[in-house]
Amino acid sequence: MPVIGTIFYVFLAIVAIGSALGMLINRNAIYSALFLVLNFATIAVLYLALGAPFIALSQITVYAGAIMVLFLFVITLLGAEKLPGYEPIKAHRLAAIGMALVFLVELALFFFIRNQTTGPVPFLSAEFGSPKNIGVVMFTEYLLPFEVVAFILLSATVGAIMLTKPERKAKTNLSHQQD
Amino acid sequence: MLLQEAVMNSTFQLVPLVVLLPLLGILLNWLFGKRLGEKGIGAIASLATGGSFVVSVLLALALLQNHEGAQIPLFTWISIGTLDLSWAFRVDTLSVTMMLVVSGVGSLIHIYSIGYMHEDVRHQGEPERFRRFFIFLNLFIAAMMILVSADNFLMLFVGWEGVGLCSYLLIGFWFEKGEGGLGNAKAAKKAFIVNRIGDFGLLIAIFLIFWNFGTLNFNEVFAMVPAVAGSQPEILMVITLFMLLGVTGKSAQIPLYVWLPDAMAGPTPVSALIHAATMVTAGVYLMVRSQVMYMAAPATQEVVAWVGALTALFAGLIALGQFDIKKVLAYSTISQLGFMVAAVGLGAEVAAMFHLITHAFFKALLFLSAGSVILGMEHGLEAGQKGHSGHTEGKHHDDPQDMRNMGAIRKKMPVTFVVYLIGALALAGIAPFAGFFSKDEILVAANQGNTAIFVILVAAAFLTAFYMGRQVLMVFFGDARTNAAKHAKESSLLVTIPLMILALLSVFGGALNLPGLHTLEHWLEETLIITHPAEFIVPIAVGSLVVALVAILLAYLFYGRKPLADSKAADPLAKRLGILFRWMNQKFMVDEFYQAVVIGPYHKLADFFANPIDQGLIDGVVNGLGTLTTSFAGVLRKLQTGFARTYALSIFAGLILILVYVLTRI
Amino acid sequence: MPLEYFLGLSAIMFTIGVLGVILRRNALVIFMSLELMFNAANLVFVTYATYYQILTGQIFVFFVMAVAAAEVAVGLALMVAIFRTKHSIDIDQMSSLKG
Repeated sequence: MPVIGTIFYVFLAIVAIGSALGMLINRNAIYSALFLVLNFATIAVLYLALGAPFIALSQITVYAGAIMVLFLFVITLLGAEKLPGYEPIKAHRLAAIGMALVFLVELALFFFIRNQTTGPVPFLSAEFGSPKNIGVVMFTEYLLPFEVVAFILLSATVGAIMLTKPERKAKTNLSHQQD
Repeated sequence: MLLQEAVMNSTFQLVPLVVLLPLLGILLNWLFGKRLGEKGIGAIASLATGGSFVVSVLLALALLQNHEGAQIPLFTWISIGTLDLSWAFRVDTLSVTMMLVVSGVGSLIHIYSIGYMHEDVRHQGEPERFRRFFIFLNLFIAAMMILVSADNFLMLFVGWEGVGLCSYLLIGFWFEKGEGGLGNAKAAKKAFIVNRIGDFGLLIAIFLIFWNFGTLNFNEVFAMVPAVAGSQPEILMVITLFMLLGVTGKSAQIPLYVWLPDAMAGPTPVSALIHAATMVTAGVYLMVRSQVMYMAAPATQEVVAWVGALTALFAGLIALGQFDIKKVLAYSTISQLGFMVAAVGLGAEVAAMFHLITHAFFKALLFLSAGSVILGMEHGLEAGQKGHSGHTEGKHHDDPQDMRNMGAIRKKMPVTFVVYLIGALALAGIAPFAGFFSKDEILVAANQGNTAIFVILVAAAFLTAFYMGRQVLMVFFGDARTNAAKHAKESSLLVTIPLMILALLSVFGGALNLPGLHTLEHWLEETLIITHPAEFIVPIAVGSLVVALVAILLAYLFYGRKPLADSKAADPLAKRLGILFRWMNQKFMVDEFYQAVVIGPYHKLADFFANPIDQGLIDGVVNGLGTLTTSFAGVLRKLQTGFARTYALSIFAGLILILVYVLTRI
Repeated sequence: MPLEYFLGLSAIMFTIGVLGVILRRNALVIFMSLELMFNAANLVFVTYATYYQILTGQIFVFFVMAVAAAEVAVGLALMVAIFRTKHSIDIDQMSSLKG
């Protein structure tokens, strides 16, 4: 059992990392978006394995279903041209990759060496992160953030509309009321 | 008795007036001068100085009753720690003597100047400058009064500097005239700078006095001299030597006498007042006042005596070769000052003061009369040829001050001739004129002190008589050698009356300290310690008289029997003495020597500091800092690329550094 | 599975996201890399939620997703507005703050 589990997890990891790299490297924006969708799906499966079904399905619905679709719409709207491959800023690529490696080493140090007590992640059933349980916690402890998020979404909606409204000519007579 | 004492004490309180009256004169002339006109300005200035003279006479009368005098403090000037200096006036016989001389001769010269400057400002073409002259003259009297009435060294130094300033202002009175448009200004500058070197010496002496005595008040310092002399004898020698440096500057001794001949560029009353009668005597006064210190440093006294004697001889030699009427008198002044300084060095302070007073009389007389002669010559120049030429050296044919252009002036200017003759005889030391008695006292003191100095002083006396004889014969006798001399005119009464008064003083001035009576000596006894009471030694008196008469006879042989034919003829002495005469004429090239050895290298040094160091190094450093900042800013500017991705990269870099910090901390 | 496995996976995904933000010039791809970084963080949240068996981590992921959605909406609207004037989504062309 554990061996199959390990193989399963390793396979998922490879797919996730591979799709991320694909998104990074691909010159065509649409291909990058599609790779990202694959990544999201993989992560959703991982969530399932970690006992968070609600979150997993939210991931598919919101991220892959809404956000990436929005991305694809905008890409096609803006005409995703192929930008030239050369790097205009000197030594930028080299510096970035070097610093990324350093970053990885640091994170490795953090996670593997500074972390004193670690054990395996327990395998929880789907009952743990079920919508019912999430709903109970959400609407009791975290009610306020929930309402605030609603406001955020409202403001995002309004903002998106305001930002993309076409310009209109100024009105000729403006009468200002006196306070 | 009490009333008398009260009157005496209150008279002493009048002493600040000797300074305040001239200052009031300055104020009135400054504010109202333009409205008063020339006569008014001259009257105010002369009355101010005359008022000082009246106050000095009152103080003298009060001193006759109350011999010790008093110190009248005005206000506290500096009070720091242990140093407590007040602006206090000292009334004692020595200071009142100086006050009388300064204000007396000063008033006469003020009156003379009214007439003289009236002509001179018109001759130079600037009538508006009349007022400025009298303001400066009054300022000088005020400063000189501060000097002689000071009760402490610092106040004396204030007066010292003040008279130096007035000397500069008055020498350069016609500052845009003179050779090449700069000559007078250069002479004034030279006077000021050379005096500065002397003042530096005096200042060091004052510092040392304060350092070792703790006070600058005369009474306190002189009381402490024996104690200091016992504990550190060398310090008194150092102090007095530095003081001597100041004296050589102000009283024109070797080596700092070079400013006085150049100072003749100023108007003649200035030469008379400042450079004959009063300012140059300030050095002698200082040494006489500090007598106690000099008596405790016998080595310095030797030096002082030698400096005075050598100066007397050296200046006398130079006077012999001069052709400018004022230059002869200038070198004569230096020579006579040498006599006074030598007398102080020999311990005969009373003789020095006596000669100071008589010298003030006849030298002022001589200078003022010379001024009268010059005025006459200028008149003659303007009358003889249309258009005037000022006093320019080199073109001596037209120079109103060159003696070779004169001759037979006695016929045209009789009054001037008589007073000049009186002055010349007094200077030469012919009995019974004033100079005979005062010079004789000095010679007696020299004879008792140091035979070598005695011989030098006798030689200087011989030279004095000789060059005065030469001058009188060249100027007043013979035939008029130029048109200017032919058309010379006697000067106005305003000019001649002060001359007559001074002539009277020169005739009877000897009465101040006649042998046997010794009035001056008894007068000064109150303030000074008389180590050498004067004696009248007949052989020396007769000997000096004979020397003077022989010199005059020699002068007659050279210049009287066959007077100079015309203004271009060579001096008869030149043929006899040859190269020596040329050296005497060129002042033994001392000025050129100073220029080559001191001033030239100094200029080069200043040039070096100005250009390579100041402009190159310091400016380089300052500008370099600016350039460095600019270039550094230029480098930093490259960080702002405008690309958002580089900014993101730098944020990432910062994140990494924070992680490193967190990693190592926890 | 040991905890480090999930943390390591998350670290790698995060780094790839950072590289995407720094290296890509297409503004939309930069946004997508940003979403990748969000996902990496979400993974860590969920992992720890399961590890400590409390639901707080999952609630937080919920909020992150909501806010990310709002942010993407506004961000893409901005991109559209910029495209209207610049006619390009090359982020290197928006460098008028160059010093």
